[in-house]
Amino acid sequence: MSDWRRRSHPAWIAFLVHRLSGLALALFLPVHFWALGQAIQGEAALEGFLRWSDNPVLKVAETVLVILLAAHLAGGLRVLALEFLGWRAQQKTMVAASAGVAFAAGLLFLLNLGA
Amino acid sequence: MGEATAMLRVKVWRGNAEGGAMADYAVPARANQTVLDVVTHIQREVDPTLAYRFACRVGMCGSCAMVVNGRPRWTCRTHVSRVAQDGALELRPLSNLPVIRDLATDMAPFFDKWAKARGTFQPKDAPDGSVPDDFAVVPPATKQRQQADAGIECIGCGVCYSGCDIVAWNPDYLGPAALNRAWTLVNDVRDGARKDRLAAVAGDAGCHACHSTQSCTAHCPKGIDPSGAIAGLKRSLFWPGFKGGVR
Amino acid sequence: MNGVQLWAVQRATAMVLALAVVVHLVTILVAVRGGLSAAEIIGRTRGNWAWLGFYSVFALAAGLHGAIGLRAIAAEWAGWRGRGYDLAWIGIALLTAAFGIRAAWGLYSA
Repeated sequence: MSDWRRRSHPAWIAFLVHRLSGLALALFLPVHFWALGQAIQGEAALEGFLRWSDNPVLKVAETVLVILLAAHLAGGLRVLALEFLGWRAQQKTMVAASAGVAFAAGLLFLLNLGA
Repeated sequence: MGEATAMLRVKVWRGNAEGGAMADYAVPARANQTVLDVVTHIQREVDPTLAYRFACRVGMCGSCAMVVNGRPRWTCRTHVSRVAQDGALELRPLSNLPVIRDLATDMAPFFDKWAKARGTFQPKDAPDGSVPDDFAVVPPATKQRQQADAGIECIGCGVCYSGCDIVAWNPDYLGPAALNRAWTLVNDVRDGARKDRLAAVAGDAGCHACHSTQSCTAHCPKGIDPSGAIAGLKRSLFWPGFKGGVR
Repeated sequence: MNGVQLWAVQRATAMVLALAVVVHLVTILVAVRGGLSAAEIIGRTRGNWAWLGFYSVFALAAGLHGAIGLRAIAAEWAGWRGRGYDLAWIGIALLTAAFGIRAAWGLYSA
């Protein structure tokens, strides 16, 4: 589709990652808060919730969320640098650095899970 | 003409406001040929009913922009050799604008938005339109002058407007060119309408609709950075935005 | 609130979140080492005013920031625009924040 060819540049891809990660996080946030609020009815209830969340599917989901959060954070710093500091020239570098931060966070989370 | 001339395979969108379809043309490939040359060849040698628009042919007037192989470009300064893929070209009218016929779009909505963004210079010294007594001195080294200079070479071709997804998703959005123009005037120390102009470009149809996809900056044939200009407008509106002083 | 104010709030919360998310991510990375246990978590959070304050501000900023972001996406991709939707998004923002503060309070008073 012709629309996609005009979008094939780093800043547009950064925008898409920022938007989709933001969408996922914004939808997850109320669920996260609500579930935590439900689980925290004393230590025993929280322990039960944590043991339930030990299953591998949830660990994968948590890793994805950590990566999304790091990606959204890094992409957000790009937007803030552009809007408030007026950084224009180094946008490609900013995009690359954002991707790096996101993957590093995900990797660290996985390593620490195993530790 | 001993050997057979290499031919370009050119698909051109033909139609009007009601709709249309791609039509195929074969055009002889030439050295240093521009996309506009190709369109002109089709109209002069193959089908005189083809509608398109151009004037200066040298990148000054901003009238010949089209979507070339999926990207908006000024066709008079775009060499075929740089954009053709295996000798194939696909030409469409600018997106985000109503089509009049074939490759000619109605630019009225685009320029109406310049007016909405208060894109006209309003002299501080002569609000009634009279001629000021003396020339204004604006030192080239000042920051405001440099900000204005960065965006002043816009030729109004509509490439950024056509390439912008936010315009496509939010039809009221003023778009990169109009906002870039507003930013040059906000930085023009001779201008007296700063406050009104900032009010005109604020909000969901103005600079705050921009998500910094930077397609405008990526596609601008003049190398202007409208995305950076829009960021400047947002920056100027951050504190007024909190106070609610701008609608 | 108009579009300009919502944008200003979203950017202000973004600045808060930039810091808070780094703290949160580091906390997560440290906390998951050697597995999570309820006793360990509650040991850190019970009666800890600084912790409650940080996570309350974090939850409020995140609730506002997320809902304003959803507002833009809904306007552009679903055509949901207008005063009614804006009020609904502000409601969702505050409700989300309230859920978060409730969870933080639960850990504080556990």
